Amino acid sequence: MQCQICNKNEATIHLTEIADGVRTEMHLCELCAHEQGIAIKTNIPINELLSSLLAVQPADDQLSGHSDKGLSCPHCGFTLDQFRKEALLGCPYDYEVFEKSLLPLIEKAHNGKTTHCGKFPSRVPQDARKQVELLNLRQQLETAVQSEDYELAAKIRDKISAIEKRDAVC
Amino acid sequence: MKLTDLSNNINEWFNGSGPLADIVVSSRIRLARNLAGHKFLSRCSNAEKFDILRKLKEVLMSLDLGDKVFYISVDKAPSLDRHLLVERHLISRNHAFGKGPRGAVIAQRESFTAMINEEDHLRLQVLKAGCQLSQCASQINHIDDMIEQKLEFAFSPRYGYLTACPTNLGTAIRASVMLHLPALKITGQIEKFFNAARDMNLAVRGLFGEGTEAASDLYQLSNQVTLGVSESAVVTEFESTIIPEIVEYEKAARNQLLSKQPDLLDDKISRAMALLQNARLISSQEALFLLSHLRLGINMHKNMGASTPAIKRLCSLRDSRETQKDSELSIATINWLFMLTLPAHLQLNYGKPLDPTHRDALRAQIIRSALNG
Repeated sequence: MQCQICNKNEATIHLTEIADGVRTEMHLCELCAHEQGIAIKTNIPINELLSSLLAVQPADDQLSGHSDKGLSCPHCGFTLDQFRKEALLGCPYDYEVFEKSLLPLIEKAHNGKTTHCGKFPSRVPQDARKQVELLNLRQQLETAVQSEDYELAAKIRDKISAIEKRDAVC
Repeated sequence: MKLTDLSNNINEWFNGSGPLADIVVSSRIRLARNLAGHKFLSRCSNAEKFDILRKLKEVLMSLDLGDKVFYISVDKAPSLDRHLLVERHLISRNHAFGKGPRGAVIAQRESFTAMINEEDHLRLQVLKAGCQLSQCASQINHIDDMIEQKLEFAFSPRYGYLTACPTNLGTAIRASVMLHLPALKITGQIEKFFNAARDMNLAVRGLFGEGTEAASDLYQLSNQVTLGVSESAVVTEFESTIIPEIVEYEKAARNQLLSKQPDLLDDKISRAMALLQNARLISSQEALFLLSHLRLGINMHKNMGASTPAIKRLCSLRDSRETQKDSELSIATINWLFMLTLPAHLQLNYGKPLDPTHRDALRAQIIRSALNG
């Protein structure tokens, strides 16, 4: 299809406008569209895409009768609101904590797929309790440092290295 | 290892060699990983980031990678050094100019880089010249295995490798190829490529991110889906479907130029030669644009036996680089000019920062002397 304005280049931008119940269509090439002041983003930054997908999430939450709104991750303190702003999660456990809200997004980002297929590490972290314990201790460590309780911080640090050493692989 | 040792040379992955190198300039695989038991970076204090950096650096520096490796404290490196690493595709712009403790482990031949504390704790990258995605994939898998012997990564059987951004979840693999598509551009058919990429769910970026594609006719094409598709399926799709299709488009456009529009082809090459051999001031964007046409001419001569008047004149130029002295002007030299005249390379080789006008003059001088013998 040729561009309606220059009748030369191939039309690659197709606009449909419905005003007062009247539908009009326009088919333009990139150059003419640009001249008409129609800005086309060929590459939408992934963060923008995620934010726009998330913006429609509340409606989905209501539909499925649950809401993660107000929920915060017990391991890192992260909330869904922060994810909406930053498009990055706080810790690996956020995938569990916010699973219901994240699942539709994961599905959209990965072409409908929701289950891993591919490499498994030779040592899948089996001991989930250990990982949670480490995450929680690191969170406590941060709080202790922030409140300048260095004695407690030192104790927590020793605990972390003891757990890490216990399970270290050589 | 000093960065000036890099800045005066061409990277191995950009030396014009490798399968299908006239169109597929280079292949790259990236993997994202996060340490188990740590938060993702957006929630980490600087102390925790430093802890992650220390652990990963220690393991990475101890690996046998078949090449010498060096470490750069990215957060402490001078701005020009960081720009140089970005220009050489060794680290990302986000990593170069991000926040907090972060570093990079780089193999001396530049085929391997590990970015520590970029968006994820660890981003591994293997880069090779030409169409070599399978080779990149097997090398990066081996490196990943070696790291996994010593550290645990955040992984869930359902979601795979857990990443800070859900768009990287699963295999966390990003396969990409850098394609040189000047003939599709000249013949006004580049939309074909964009449409094919969109239909196949692939992302297209310019050489240095968005907006730079027009300058160099170099496009990076990469997969977007990382969950529910295995690493080998991603690579196979690139090698058996995506790359052959796009290579065919570009080849057909080159044939079309030669058989139906030789004047258009010669005009582009002659203008590029005239400007590059005579200009006194030349911007980085203009140099990239013109060098792209020289690369097209040399490749059409080498691979298709093209010998239009302009191509003949181009191929009669002698290579003035020390290592190539008196041979025909090579793609390696065009790529060398391409890389060496980027702003950070120019300034590091010159030894001090230069304002844009002085950079343009120095760039023009380097190109003139390379192309006039």
